[in-house]
Amino acid sequence: MTDTSSRLTAETSEGAQELVSRAETTPAELRREEGATLRLPEGVALDPGDVSIEVAEDETMIINMGPQHPSTHGVLRVMMELEGEMVLRSKPVIGYLHTGMEKTGEDLMYMQGGTNVTRMDYLAPLFNELVFSMAVEQLLEIEVPERSTWIRMLMCELNRMSSHLLFMATNGMDLGAVSMMIYGWRERELVLSFFEKTTGLRMNHNYIRPGGVAADLPSGWQEDVAGLCDKIMPRLDEYDDLLTGQPIFRQRTEGVGVITGEQAIALSATGPLLRSAGVAWDLRRSMPYLHYDQVDFDVVVGSYGDSFDRYAIRLNEIRESIRIVRQIIDLMPEGDYRIQDKKVTPPPRGRIDESMEALIHHFKLFTEGFKVPEGEVYVAVESPRGELGCYLVSDGSAKPYRLHIRGPSFVNLQALPLLMRGGMVADAVAVISSIDPVMGEVDR
Amino acid sequence: MSTTDAPDQAEVESEAPPPAEERHGCLVLRSLGQEVLLVPRDRYLDVIGALKDEGYAMCIDVTAVDYLVHGSRPLPPGIAVERFEVVVNLLSLESPRRVRLRVQVPATDPSLPSLFDLYPGSEAMEREVFDLMGIRFIDHPDLTRILMPEDWEGHPLRKDYSMGRVPVQFKHPPATR
Repeated sequence: MTDTSSRLTAETSEGAQELVSRAETTPAELRREEGATLRLPEGVALDPGDVSIEVAEDETMIINMGPQHPSTHGVLRVMMELEGEMVLRSKPVIGYLHTGMEKTGEDLMYMQGGTNVTRMDYLAPLFNELVFSMAVEQLLEIEVPERSTWIRMLMCELNRMSSHLLFMATNGMDLGAVSMMIYGWRERELVLSFFEKTTGLRMNHNYIRPGGVAADLPSGWQEDVAGLCDKIMPRLDEYDDLLTGQPIFRQRTEGVGVITGEQAIALSATGPLLRSAGVAWDLRRSMPYLHYDQVDFDVVVGSYGDSFDRYAIRLNEIRESIRIVRQIIDLMPEGDYRIQDKKVTPPPRGRIDESMEALIHHFKLFTEGFKVPEGEVYVAVESPRGELGCYLVSDGSAKPYRLHIRGPSFVNLQALPLLMRGGMVADAVAVISSIDPVMGEVDR
Repeated sequence: MSTTDAPDQAEVESEAPPPAEERHGCLVLRSLGQEVLLVPRDRYLDVIGALKDEGYAMCIDVTAVDYLVHGSRPLPPGIAVERFEVVVNLLSLESPRRVRLRVQVPATDPSLPSLFDLYPGSEAMEREVFDLMGIRFIDHPDLTRILMPEDWEGHPLRKDYSMGRVPVQFKHPPATR
């Protein structure tokens, strides 16, 4: 036993995760570290001559920002090496919110899995449920009914709106526009109250489940959703008045945290971060899932790759989502909201009273769960933050053998040192905010 | 060959199992319509480099699976089954398509070359795999724990790492009878 533990200690002593000081690193290592900071391979994009390794140790200092809760993003800690007010190197230190959700997922049945994954990206919970359910359905090789697909699309687009509205709020707050924060929260609340009406919860809904959705839309949902869109649309124009044209806001965001398309692709960045650099990549358009090929919408693309572009992209994506939602109201078909397969979804409540078989199915489903054929699958959807992927391995039992979620925030956060490099400390907050990371998903 | 033979042959071919497909010298597997390449460990970097030249510009995901308690997974003959499997997802933006690579990594030497020089974006994902699964990536610039505390022992996503349980606390002690 002691032998195992000493071996494990030896295997896991990998040193500090923190940014080490210049004095403790040799020039070669420092170049390598600068390469890592730039996240570009040494020698390809990085000219070693550019790296200012000659900066004297006493002229720079390493400061620690956090671990703190930068306006609802979660607990993030950034270590920065500063020369005066300029950021030379930086490194995000994450893991403060790690709760082992992938490990937990291996111990939950497919039926229960939704409650687990929905807590990852807690600002866009429906996307987590969607990607998990789609992966399970692909392994089961079942097709969900038309109506449930459209309900999923409706709910996801509303969720994209609420997530981006929250970004508007927090981005405003991070830059000192506190009134924007109040407005953003106010509009988000409109969407969340519709979620509460439909799913019973404001967040962490567990609404999209393998086989369909948990409940049908409430009666009168068309008026609710149309009213919500009509209310939010003019308020987006108010945001334009408040922020988009405002000189102080523009000066704080324009040219801050610039990334090129090449760098974004090299860093595996997706979502608004990639699109801000001018790469028109949106999974809804490029690799359509659900029925995104049947609705009309534009992919919003930036051109400078700065914080302002990322703000403008999200603002206009809310408008595009409203456009999609309005189309869905007209396109929504009648039918089942979940698959009528007693091996996957529970029977309707009324059937349990009259049918012994339904009772048995219900009991088996909730005690043993349903078995999923052996196999492995990777499914990806476009979440408000980028590509949200789910890699699911099944060994034929009722629980996933391995559940891996590719969190867009986790990967996008790698771009932080690049975006911050050479900028001011005061802009660091603007840059973090413009990536819009949700630490629940980063740390999982 | 006469023209009458051709349709017969096509019928026979469609009934027989599809011939082993190969790409860059790796066996291609179709998993629910998705393309999966089974890459030998010693050709890992070469194959990914070749795929990158082919247009797979983005490394979208790096993860690993511990197959310790799932020994009977179906793999085509010729692939030595090992305990760990590193799974890499590549994405081509030009002509939207994906390819997945699965590499067998033995438990005795859980290491692979790092993709950092090809795809710098794999940096954090490889750190995560190292942290949670204990697979070392050679030449990785900063192979430290990323999610767990740095003094943590063991790699939580391995199948022989126990889950740990909190005993349920009831309000009252159980009745004596």
